[in-house]
Amino acid sequence: MTEEIIIAGFGGQGVLSMGKILAYSGIMQDQEVSWMPSYGPEMRGGTANVTVILSDSRISSPIIQEFDTAIILNQQSMDKFEPMVKPGGLLIYDPNGITRHPVRKDIAIYQVEAAEEAARTKNPRTFNMIVLGAFLKVKPIVKLDNVIKGLEKSLPERHHNLIPVNKEAILKGMELAKKYS
Amino acid sequence: MAELKLMKGNEAIAEAAIRCGCDGYFGYPITPQSEIMETLMARQPWDETGMVVLQAESEVASINMVYGGAACGKRAMTSSSSPGISLMQEGITYIAGSELPCLIVNVVRGGPGLGTIQPAQSDYFQAVKGGGHGDYKLIVLAPASVQEMYDFVDLAFELAFKYRNPAMILSDGVIGQMMEKVQIGDYKPRLTDEEVVKRYGSWATTGKPSTRERNIITSLDLDANSQELFNLKLLKKYAEIEKNEIRFEEISCTDAEYLLVAYGSSSRICQKTVDLAREKGIKVGLLRPITLYPYPYGAIQKLVPQLKGILAVEMSAGQMVEDVRLAVNGKVPVLHYGRMGGVIPTPNEVLKVLEDKLIKG
Amino acid sequence: MDVKDIIKEENLVYSKSKVLTDTIMHYCPGCTHGVVHKVIAEVIEELGIQDKTIGVSPVGCAVFAYNYLDIDWQEAAHGRAPALATAINRLYPDKYVFTYQGDGDLASIGTAEIIHACNRGENIVVIFINNGIYGMTGGQMAPTTLIDMPTSTTPYGRKVDLNGYPLKITDLVAQLPGTCFVTRHSAHTPAAVRKLKKAVTKAFQNTRRKKGVSFIEVVSTCNSGWKLSPVESNNWMVEHMFPYYPLGDMKDE
Repeated sequence: MTEEIIIAGFGGQGVLSMGKILAYSGIMQDQEVSWMPSYGPEMRGGTANVTVILSDSRISSPIIQEFDTAIILNQQSMDKFEPMVKPGGLLIYDPNGITRHPVRKDIAIYQVEAAEEAARTKNPRTFNMIVLGAFLKVKPIVKLDNVIKGLEKSLPERHHNLIPVNKEAILKGMELAKKYS
Repeated sequence: MAELKLMKGNEAIAEAAIRCGCDGYFGYPITPQSEIMETLMARQPWDETGMVVLQAESEVASINMVYGGAACGKRAMTSSSSPGISLMQEGITYIAGSELPCLIVNVVRGGPGLGTIQPAQSDYFQAVKGGGHGDYKLIVLAPASVQEMYDFVDLAFELAFKYRNPAMILSDGVIGQMMEKVQIGDYKPRLTDEEVVKRYGSWATTGKPSTRERNIITSLDLDANSQELFNLKLLKKYAEIEKNEIRFEEISCTDAEYLLVAYGSSSRICQKTVDLAREKGIKVGLLRPITLYPYPYGAIQKLVPQLKGILAVEMSAGQMVEDVRLAVNGKVPVLHYGRMGGVIPTPNEVLKVLEDKLIKG
Repeated sequence: MDVKDIIKEENLVYSKSKVLTDTIMHYCPGCTHGVVHKVIAEVIEELGIQDKTIGVSPVGCAVFAYNYLDIDWQEAAHGRAPALATAINRLYPDKYVFTYQGDGDLASIGTAEIIHACNRGENIVVIFINNGIYGMTGGQMAPTTLIDMPTSTTPYGRKVDLNGYPLKITDLVAQLPGTCFVTRHSAHTPAAVRKLKKAVTKAFQNTRRKKGVSFIEVVSTCNSGWKLSPVESNNWMVEHMFPYYPLGDMKDE
């Protein structure tokens, strides 16, 4: 199994850390992983994206132009990455702030109202975990147990008290994933 | 304690330095490698292993601090990215000319000039053909994974001390910024002065005891004949290195009719190209030089009889391809494909060049 | 009386420091370097720190300093001695490290390195030989060359509009909290040499007490570069250099 994922949105949305948790979850189930961010000034307030690959075998290129899954969190990323999803692949996005919705017919498209949920619970920092939950609902490539272990690994110890909240957010995201087309 | 961690390439360099018994890191911030010093400063290894970490006032000062530390027989290192490495060339040639062991990490970005902060491989010539003035060589290692970023720190120091020669890890923004899983090793204790003498001889400036002559670390010799003797001594050392230290990896080469040659992050991209090409029935292999100096000329030569053509892929205008051509010596066509300025070639792009230019062309 | 009758223990009035080697110095007759070398050698011997001292020599006439003092040496690239000394000091906090630098080395090409080593308060000694000229390369203008002073690159004398002002770098480093002892000396009379030796002794003692940078400028002559006899050079130095570079302590904490 190899899953090639792009996660893209604004800096500050937790794009990079979502990717990191996903990668750590892969390690927890003995997979090979790579995490390749965009870097540089474009990170400062602009768009941020990260390519995460999980695989049962050695990962070749960490940089790819086609993805099994695109997790899209702003309009610029939608415009850039919708065409780069492999036919038969998955696009999952938060419709909040999206003015041009995806149009491809050859891929599965899901929505998750993560920003709305995070605002409703007054816990904006769980946004990325809600999105992650929705993705894992559609493609359960890592077990929830391993995600929690991944969280433990990627969060510094002083933030381990936040793990239950994050777990809840992941579960909520699983509920909120809904098929768009 | 050994453990499995998800780390950036840059972080792996820092962690490896602490764990392999590095004595001193001296550096100056520059993108895309600042995480190396940031990680070291956050880790505070001076409390743990006694390793010194110092932010210098410039790359010029950094490399000369490395000179000072290396001349004490210590495992001294620095890291930078292309423009900073250019500034260090003076120090690097002095270190080579004084036969000092040290580690220089170059996380390459696009140039020339201030260029871009995006990844490139356009410092190949600088790293393997000289860089600074005079006849000298660096031992150059090209990691293609975060694990190799980690592993090559200790390897580079071992080789540097074995040959009393500066070693360089030639990486780039991709490997530096990417995270992969890394098997972290146990701590190797820092060597005492006595252990350094026992293993590598008594050449370091540690303060002159009455039991030996004074040690002088210098690259100066105003007498032409004796300077030439020194040059010959260096050549002999380089011949030893070429005999003993060539490292490379072959992927799907056994039945290959076409060969990709690529190092570092380009080799990762080409690995995927090999997979894509093999799916289409094209018999292509990948040769990945791990040491760029010494270069695996022989490994390429050995494959030439079975090959119809070679494509060298690098993120440059065509630098390493010259060494491939030296190895092949006109016996099969050698093409270059490169992207520059921080643009990273995709596996499909490479495949298209392979098909259109090398196979059909 | 035979010479053998004279060479006797009871007749000994002076002996060369054991830290000075027997190598014949390459310096010009009348040059200040030899005297300063001797002073450093004597201080190292008297403090008993020969086995703990590492010298860093410059690019300039003193590039071969390592031939004359029997201690471990590192030869630095032009101006970079303070960077080397920084690393040695950090890696060997209990040893004695000194740089020996000329005015071109310290005050021109190595300005960044000396300022920042002083600013970090590295626990080192800096011996700064200021003769207002590049000696080794054949008498070109130094940052410390006086106004109207002729050199091979200012054949009509140093002009402010073309070359700027003579740099009082010692005054600059005295401003930095990382320096503990900043002083200016000369070595042209026995009395001056005695004073210099006291300062060098204090500087190495400061290292022992981990006080930071001790910086000793020695206003010096370059009779070859100045194209004067040794005696004329000393007189010229007193008359012209001392007014601009006055002797004395700038800082002693």
